[in-house]
Amino acid sequence: MAGESGGESNRTNAFVVSARKRTMQKVAKKAGESLLFTVASFVAVIVLFIFYFVARDAVPFFQIRGFTEFFTSSNWYPADDPGEFGALAIIYGSLMVTLGSALIAVPMGVAAAICLSDILPFSIRQYAKPIIEMLAAIPSVAFGFFALVVLAPLLQNNGGPMLMWAWWILVSPFMLLAVIVLSDLLTTKIIEPKRRQQLHIFLLILFSFLSIFLLFKVGTVLYGIQILTGTNALNVSIILSFMALPTIVSVSEDALQAVGRDIREGSYALGATRAETILKTVLPAGSSGILAAVILGIMRALGETMVVWMASGNSSQIPEPWFNYLQSIRTLTATIAGDMGEADQVTGSARFHVLFAMGLLLLVISFISNLISERIVVRQRKILSGQ
Amino acid sequence: MIKKISLFVVLLVVSLSVTASAAVGALVLDGSTTVGPIAKTFAAYFTKKYGVRVTVSESGSGNGAKSLINGSCTIATMSRAMKAAEIAAARQKGVNPVASVVALDGLAMVVHPANPVRSLTKAQISGIYRGTITNWREVGGPNARIVVLQRESNSGTEESFKELVIGKGVQITGSAETQSSNGSVKSRVNSTLPAIGFLGHGFVDGSVKVIAVNGVFPTVATVKNGSYPVSRPLYFYTNGQPAGLVKQFVDLPNSAEGKRMITELGFINR
Repeated sequence: MAGESGGESNRTNAFVVSARKRTMQKVAKKAGESLLFTVASFVAVIVLFIFYFVARDAVPFFQIRGFTEFFTSSNWYPADDPGEFGALAIIYGSLMVTLGSALIAVPMGVAAAICLSDILPFSIRQYAKPIIEMLAAIPSVAFGFFALVVLAPLLQNNGGPMLMWAWWILVSPFMLLAVIVLSDLLTTKIIEPKRRQQLHIFLLILFSFLSIFLLFKVGTVLYGIQILTGTNALNVSIILSFMALPTIVSVSEDALQAVGRDIREGSYALGATRAETILKTVLPAGSSGILAAVILGIMRALGETMVVWMASGNSSQIPEPWFNYLQSIRTLTATIAGDMGEADQVTGSARFHVLFAMGLLLLVISFISNLISERIVVRQRKILSGQ
Repeated sequence: MIKKISLFVVLLVVSLSVTASAAVGALVLDGSTTVGPIAKTFAAYFTKKYGVRVTVSESGSGNGAKSLINGSCTIATMSRAMKAAEIAAARQKGVNPVASVVALDGLAMVVHPANPVRSLTKAQISGIYRGTITNWREVGGPNARIVVLQRESNSGTEESFKELVIGKGVQITGSAETQSSNGSVKSRVNSTLPAIGFLGHGFVDGSVKVIAVNGVFPTVATVKNGSYPVSRPLYFYTNGQPAGLVKQFVDLPNSAEGKRMITELGFINR
């Protein structure tokens, strides 16, 4: 009897948790939650701490030397006594290689992402994407070594011909497109078919000759260029664009995939061709993701240190003329890396703090561009959702 | 939870202090990339002979001084003498830097092997580095812009060069490219036709061409008798008069074995 009733109570207790167990579970739940919260907030706190500590060491520089010299002079002689801390040329160099790498990496990266998501069959994409992402796994010092040992001598010895080929390969498809479109556009208004055809052919030939002339003329000018030093802004821009590519391709391909099959099929159902679908439907819908990818890629180029330290030549000058990518430049990151060894609190105070001022500047630049991209993404999302 | 964290912290502290104490009893060298080869060869010899672990870092003369001041190395290797500011900083931290000369080194001016220029005067080199001479034509070479290579600011070689050739307080042109080691200067000169750079004498090999300064080539004899104008002593700096193991290490350049190693590395015995 007693045993029976004991069995009965056991059976009900299988569903009712004992008080002790319940407290244990509560405690475990709270502990788990607080642990996760701690870890998550830790990341945010780290960012704040970085800002705080960099700013703490950057402010004394501006107190000692003021703002004018840092932002308006390009005399960078930190080791002299008294030192000069004009960072204008260095800031300019950073922006120059960032822009250069973006000019190369963004069109290539977005084009590759479109190709991966909408043009290549799945079986090829499966292999192509991981291979592109492999680029991100190559350590930056290897890229730098390549830039210094392979690309720099190549640019010095065969720079002119290389520039010419790059010009031909990059520009001739666009020229072809322009010739066809232009001669089409200029003849659409003529109604009489025979005259239109004659004029069309005439314009096609004229424009072809013009564009071939332009291609060769600029080509020969480029061919004649003698690149003095291979460690220059162009070299660094090329290498940085390779380093930014995997980020841009991978993130924007994800964005294009996220657009979804239904939108694409809707476009096809309305009679759009594949090109129209890609250009007018898929790209606008994925544009916020692509923009995020571009910003991430640019940040990668701006923050890269090893490659620029090895391959930019590190000369603190604004190139002459200002758009000359064939001269050596110096960037903020490379300056911080190169000068940190000597600059300590003991031997030169402004010299130490100026590097933190540069770090703060880099932080502020990336912070602002992140904010901008965030705003654009939010706005884009609102537009797309029709609000 | 707290118990676990405190246990973790204790473990961390213990492991850190173990790694820190492991370095005691060994010699730690830090500093110049120029003195680096000597320091490394000495270190290997020393370890073999006395069984003492010797660690050699090459982070530039300035860093060597800093490490000695901070107490993170036992011997600072430097390719220039300590500056007054550094000595003052050391005194402030209770460190008394004592120099001993390891060897002599000539700074070789190097150009691409295909460059026809054989000799430059000190004034011409100074002009090239100050940016007043920008074309090889001006110094008897082909018509080509000069690519000027210098070392970064924590290099003792750079400071010696400035002091010996350009003069104090004169600025090197902003268009000069900055390289981070003797080796990278050499490889850049080797791959760049219109380049000029300077190297420690021990780093010169067939890949670059040494030019004469004021008509004198850097050789053992010219550096030793002082007729080569761009030469300098290399130093070991210790905290206080060296004693025990440190003394044995610092005295190596006086021994026959040490002298042989220095000569083999292309440096010049004092």
